[in-house]
Amino acid sequence: MNNSVINTARLFAAGLRALLVLTVVTGILYPLVVTGVAQGLFDSKANGSDIKDHTGQVVGSSLIGQAYNLPLKEGQETPEPDLKWFQGRPQNGLGTNSVNTQYKLILSGATNRSGDNEELIQWIKDAKAAVVKDNSTADYKVKPSDVPADAVTSSGSGLDPDISPQYADLQVHRIAEKNGLSVEQVQKLVDEHTEGRTLGFIGEPRVNVLELNIALKELLAES
Amino acid sequence: MGPVLAGVLQLLALIAALALVHRPLGDYMARVYSSDKHWRVEKWIYKGIGANPATEMRWPAYLRGVLAFSAAGVLFLYLLQRIQGVLPGSLGFASIDPDQAFNTAASFVSNTNWQSYYGEQAMGHVVQTAGLAVQNFVSAAVGMAVAVALVRGFARSRTGDLGNFWSDMVRGVTRILLPLSVVAAIVLVACGAIQNFSGIHEVGQFFNGHSMGGAQEWNGGAVASQEAIKELGTNGGGYFNANSAHPFENPTPFTNLFEIFLLLVIPFTLTRTFGVMVGSVKQGYALLATMATIWVGFVALMMWTEFAHRGPAFEIAGGALEGKEVRFGVGASSIFAVSTTLTSTGAVDSFHSSFTGLGGGIAMLGMMLGEIAPGGVGSGLYGILIMAIIAVFIAGLMVGRTPEYLGKKIGTREIKLAALYILITPTLVLVFTAAAMALPTPGNSMTNSGAHGFSEILYAYTSGANNNGSAFAGLNADTQWFNTTIGLAMLLGRFLPMVFVLALAGSLAEQKPVPVTAGTLRTEKPLFTGLLVGAILIITGLTYFPALALGPLAEGLAA
Repeated sequence: MNNSVINTARLFAAGLRALLVLTVVTGILYPLVVTGVAQGLFDSKANGSDIKDHTGQVVGSSLIGQAYNLPLKEGQETPEPDLKWFQGRPQNGLGTNSVNTQYKLILSGATNRSGDNEELIQWIKDAKAAVVKDNSTADYKVKPSDVPADAVTSSGSGLDPDISPQYADLQVHRIAEKNGLSVEQVQKLVDEHTEGRTLGFIGEPRVNVLELNIALKELLAES
Repeated sequence: MGPVLAGVLQLLALIAALALVHRPLGDYMARVYSSDKHWRVEKWIYKGIGANPATEMRWPAYLRGVLAFSAAGVLFLYLLQRIQGVLPGSLGFASIDPDQAFNTAASFVSNTNWQSYYGEQAMGHVVQTAGLAVQNFVSAAVGMAVAVALVRGFARSRTGDLGNFWSDMVRGVTRILLPLSVVAAIVLVACGAIQNFSGIHEVGQFFNGHSMGGAQEWNGGAVASQEAIKELGTNGGGYFNANSAHPFENPTPFTNLFEIFLLLVIPFTLTRTFGVMVGSVKQGYALLATMATIWVGFVALMMWTEFAHRGPAFEIAGGALEGKEVRFGVGASSIFAVSTTLTSTGAVDSFHSSFTGLGGGIAMLGMMLGEIAPGGVGSGLYGILIMAIIAVFIAGLMVGRTPEYLGKKIGTREIKLAALYILITPTLVLVFTAAAMALPTPGNSMTNSGAHGFSEILYAYTSGANNNGSAFAGLNADTQWFNTTIGLAMLLGRFLPMVFVLALAGSLAEQKPVPVTAGTLRTEKPLFTGLLVGAILIITGLTYFPALALGPLAEGLAA
């Protein structure tokens, strides 16, 4: 009995020593070496692919989507979209930080609603109606069947930086009208920022909303 | 090009890449586990452990090594989380509560990586890198070690010796996982995954006095280094809550395909290692063909149901893009979802709860197969070897002959151990699910109601007991009930099967080989692959059909 307790304790101690040694190798040396190489070779990417506007101000990471909303009015709970700018996908899956209140961290995530969830059905119906209404101008009418799926659904991360080229095209007339630009100017901007599939077949075609809006901001500053 | 064709081409590219590395990597891993030489670094590590790597172990000693090392892992990771509040480099995050710390420790040590916490608001740099990422390496190395021990059981005769656990586990880290992870992490950073130790970023933009666009708030971290081993070791625990859907973990369509490759490469390639070690690569190809048939079949089914997007919400939206990222689209997300649930990874680039009813069911069924097509690193190989034993047993019953596999008799003891192995996870899944449904409070954690609500709970225990770690993430799993029961399901679902695998390995190694005769079932032929696929699907189907009918099938057929 006494012997087996001692043996078990010895074995456990060996396990613990193995863990500590491997913690040094895989938990300290490995991340430090990778960080060193990453910071040396790809410092901009390793630090979040920051993007600057034409004034040189850092406006965020080009990989993370931003919401383009008007400031909250009194009594409002959800802000209205600022229709001067290209709009990204809905972000119903984003959470707010409830644990570490020292910082205002956004919590990435999805809605996790199923296809027969009443709430999700309502969100999608509302989003579709809003996209149709917001993007129809005096001489351009959007039909509900023109609205692509990404315009009315939330992404997996809630931070999707991209929209489909169809959704970007749909917003061109509205952007032109609200900013006093010609449709051709805005369409050109969208075309320049449309990225096809990698090597022609990997992923889906997309438009990065933040990069597009930065380019729009620059165009507005010039004109 | 349409999205369906693009999806199929991505699948073909993946198959080509896996085929390209199959032989060289498989042969290399066989050499790693057969070599007598120790690297200098490894000698230092053995000195630190106080173990002699040349000592041969019989199965009880090998098992004691596995259990002692894993128990130390649970304890260390638990304590690290409990003292996070006073550790430096923790971004101000508090210590984790006892039930959640137990759940997370059990989860990462069992190679499950189920997460009841939110990465970006719970875990600081120290716990992420020195706690969680370490288990990503070592839990995978333990799985490979146990698989190699079983392979030696087949390869060796008239001895009880299965090799040395410490040497197998350390080599798995130093010679396989670590070098591959370094390369993979650097590729990921080059594509945009972040790798730093900075704090919280708050950036925004203002224009003409009013806010143009919102602000962004995000924390830095050693993300790429963790992402690499998260996929390579079929772990799946994300740095961020959104896991591989988060742009910092998975920035581009290419990294997405690369990550799918990483999580599949070792489990598929170990069949080659197995073939080389038992002296017949054809036997390895038969297992590979079985895994590949199931994997391709599941991908095809998943793409079909996701592109068809049946379900009220998806039909109004015009596509099943809820919970999916634009840069990946439906095709690549379907490949990822199947690959992550058929391996024991559980990382997600899209959220399974918002897949179509049948799509969610396919993800669940993938885990229920027992993580064998191709399965987790190591656990996939020993899992499919157990199924192969069951299949030769069934074939033996048909012709009334004592079954043999790889020159070893499958007698009463062997078949008992194999049968116990395949009973453990279904028992854990069904008993815990039934208990959660019968009790009044666990149901409060559901986000969706009806069939999908039941699926959330069934999915959680399936994922835990099979050591997958993905989730129908609507379920609020951070309750004492779920933290405790899923924690137990993960530990029992990981280590009880290992007990039977190692006992089986010991028993096989002691046998003398049976000569091949005209009556021997040719287990390297396509006929056997067909039998094995059939046995896997029928056994899993019979076990889980009633539960699946109440959840995903009910939802999918109603749509």
